[in-house]
Amino acid sequence: MTAVTLTVNGTERSLEVEPRTLLVHALRDDLGLTGTNVGCDSSSCGACTVLVDGQSAKSCTMFAVQADGADITTIEGVADADGTLHPMQQAFHEHHALQCGYCTPGMVMAAISLVEEYPGLDEGGVRHGLEGNLCRCTGYQNIVDAVLAAAGSGGD
Amino acid sequence: MTITEDAPAAHVGSRRLRKEDPALLTGEARFIDDLALPGAIWVGVVRSTEAHANIVGIDGSAALEIDGVNEVLSGADLAPLWGEGALPCAWPVTPDMKNPTHLPVATTTAKYVGDAVAVVLADSRYAAADGAAAVVVDYEPLPAVVEIEDAVADGAPLVHPDLESNECYTWGLWGDNAAAVDAAFAEAAHVVSERYLQQRLIPAPMEPRGCAAVPSPAGGELTLYSATQIPHILKVMTAVVLGIPENKLRVVAPSVGGGFGCKLNVYAEEILCSALAMQRGAPVRWTEGRSEGALSTIQGRGQVQHIELAADADGKVQAVRVKLLADMGAYLQLVTPGVPLLGGFLYHGCYDIPNYMFECTSVFTNRTPTDAYRGAGRPEATYAVERAMDSLAVSVGVSPEEIRARNFIGADAFPYESAAGLVFDSGDYQAVLDKAVALAGLSERRADQASRVAAGSSKRLGIGFSSYVEMCGLAPSRVLASLDYGAGGWEAATVRISPTCKVQVVTGSTPHGQGHETCWSMIVADQLGVDPDDVEVLHSDTAVSPTGLDTYGSRSLAVGGTAVYMATEKVIDKARAIAAHQLEASEDDLEFSGGVFRVRGTPEAEVPLAGIAFAAFTAHDLPDGMEPNLEAHVTYDPPNFTFPNGTHIAVVEVDTDTGDVDLIDYVAVDDCGVQINPLVVEGQVHGGILQGAAQALYEDAVYNSDGQLVSANLGDYLVPSAAEAPRFRLDSHVTPSPTNPMGVKGVGEAGTIAAAPAVINAVVDALRDLGVTDVDMPASPQTVWRAIADAQGGAS
Repeated sequence: MTAVTLTVNGTERSLEVEPRTLLVHALRDDLGLTGTNVGCDSSSCGACTVLVDGQSAKSCTMFAVQADGADITTIEGVADADGTLHPMQQAFHEHHALQCGYCTPGMVMAAISLVEEYPGLDEGGVRHGLEGNLCRCTGYQNIVDAVLAAAGSGGD
Repeated sequence: MTITEDAPAAHVGSRRLRKEDPALLTGEARFIDDLALPGAIWVGVVRSTEAHANIVGIDGSAALEIDGVNEVLSGADLAPLWGEGALPCAWPVTPDMKNPTHLPVATTTAKYVGDAVAVVLADSRYAAADGAAAVVVDYEPLPAVVEIEDAVADGAPLVHPDLESNECYTWGLWGDNAAAVDAAFAEAAHVVSERYLQQRLIPAPMEPRGCAAVPSPAGGELTLYSATQIPHILKVMTAVVLGIPENKLRVVAPSVGGGFGCKLNVYAEEILCSALAMQRGAPVRWTEGRSEGALSTIQGRGQVQHIELAADADGKVQAVRVKLLADMGAYLQLVTPGVPLLGGFLYHGCYDIPNYMFECTSVFTNRTPTDAYRGAGRPEATYAVERAMDSLAVSVGVSPEEIRARNFIGADAFPYESAAGLVFDSGDYQAVLDKAVALAGLSERRADQASRVAAGSSKRLGIGFSSYVEMCGLAPSRVLASLDYGAGGWEAATVRISPTCKVQVVTGSTPHGQGHETCWSMIVADQLGVDPDDVEVLHSDTAVSPTGLDTYGSRSLAVGGTAVYMATEKVIDKARAIAAHQLEASEDDLEFSGGVFRVRGTPEAEVPLAGIAFAAFTAHDLPDGMEPNLEAHVTYDPPNFTFPNGTHIAVVEVDTDTGDVDLIDYVAVDDCGVQINPLVVEGQVHGGILQGAAQALYEDAVYNSDGQLVSANLGDYLVPSAAEAPRFRLDSHVTPSPTNPMGVKGVGEAGTIAAAPAVINAVVDALRDLGVTDVDMPASPQTVWRAIADAQGGAS
């Protein structure tokens, strides 16, 4: 077992993991942060997307030990303490950008990172920027509109 | 939708945001793998790597060396757990249907790649996975039959030698009409005869399957948590298969991350975990891996379709004749045999065709079982008839919209009795098509298309139509009986009003993304004159909602929502009796509006529902003989199916140099009856269209000749992303269904049913001047390029 220290949603957490433990399983099984979901085993679906030092990362694609010392933000950490949703979460709600909600935490985290990194994206940019995150319910249109709205660059 | 007099419909019809969202947006929702179960035994399933093989030996010694792996159990070791029980098929469609015994874990022979052959019990998910990978199985390979038509060839290897044939059943709809069908073909001016392939699809909800069985050893109870669409059906089936008394079994579907039909089943792992948990007195859990699920969860479609149309000189179709070969896979799952039948009534599409003949022969192959996948039989039927109608249009020399107009069931023909024996409820198919044509800007598109052809452009434009009708609201129980289905088609609801006038709705319909909580709240809020936020909707737990038949076949609103509506009516009737008693008035003189009972003509004589609710609770002064409390239960058995319909138009750009297809516009006009929440309706249509378009362009469960699934993960199986998805442009048309009080029809499958033929018709339309008359699904660049090359004289 290897000692790992992560700052997760602003709180420093120390844990002992097998070196091969995936970050997503450390978050879910060791820290009880089950908002981050696992949807595949080939790094294709993006359900497990979190922010690692502010950048979106598929947490099934890195080991927890690789994140030692990193600052991790999960879906549990983006709303305000008083429960006020993050603007991206609120935009997803207002645009009906989720149905079953399983892809949603990863989609929201990817979208937050995308609009931060590339302000002023148009629809095509959002679509390509989110192509690593799969959704089976929505057909993506409302997701794209939500992201554009949250980015302040239009959307219905 | 008003229940009495002038009650305002404040919420129904509005784009109300979903109350389900906050928990899902914040990570608070609990899916099956999120359940914390300290001390649980983790199950790893060892799956056959052979399509057909005798299991000669299972060596678990290497697995048992792994830290955390505690046991390796073969199918024979596990067999006593289920005794005479086997995985159930609830739909024996013919008396002589062949149904092989389907054990949760095979004992002697593996029948498909992915068939469970042994089980590892471990302390953790990693140890279970390591252990399953380390078990060595000695196989003696047997000849396998992989493709559908090979299964019925002379001398084909037998999937189940004891059944002496690969044919599972033959089912037909022709009655005494066969001679009339033949006569129509003999007299036809135009005959279209087409063969289409429905490739196998992997449903791929974003949440893989999973289950956890938690026993209470002292009391003998078992709680089965499962990512299922059908907790109620699963409860009955688990009780029957394992002999667990139903009163000792509770089934809970936690938040479920999509289903699309593939979680409408009773799976080996659910039976396995339940049986082991009862035996061990400890929680037993299993979570599916994505690549594992490609093999172990049912697949959809899998048909070879032959369709013929006989039309007169004007292109008016006089007869349709269909022969199907349908792939059951290696075993029959819960409703596997019935899926082709659900399409079997609809191969005449939305057209007035007097003569009809349908026959389906279903076959076993050494592949993962098939079963219901979004649309279940109806997308296949719509694909065949809509592709064939385009061929007929070419033969007659008219446009796709004209051939449809000449054949539509007329708006004045409803209720319309179809040649296949259904009674369609309502519709105006021509009005729907006209709206779609206008929205698509058809004439401008056609002009663009022609100019590109004239210019010799390598970027051809194609415009594809699909007009559909589907049978939804499954289903009248007596109709199901006539089809030999093993259960009814009703749905249950309970509505309670608490002492403080909050409302509790218990529904037997189990949501997994559809928005039941929001929509049921809107219906009830309008009826009672309360705020939707004062309505809670309980579901998905047999301890809370003991009666129900769950969610599939676009039935939730038309059947489950109607039950909720009717239970609320019943509560209002009781409240009215109490109000009449309090106001010393006749019930007939009371009106109920905005949550207040008033005596007509005496406005000051009124009592609010809140007052009635409290009076019903205290029971101090109720009419003689009346039971306390405001509560009503309704089980609603629909008198008929509902028949949503629509016309979709796809526009594609096809690169004739590369075969690449770009879906550049998509217009959909749907008539799903009265809409409770257009926001939710549009979301269902969007997602449904993309799933249908994905069959047309991307998705394919590809098996090689050895029966190996070579597209078993999301890298190889092409679920489309936002980058491939088009922007959808929607409109709707409303013809209320006369079969239920709200006039609703259902919309969960419409998009998927309509989209695949619209897209492929568009691809063919783009290439018709190059001589292309058909393109198989999925229309990958390679497939399209080859179709062009073949049409141009075999340039490949």
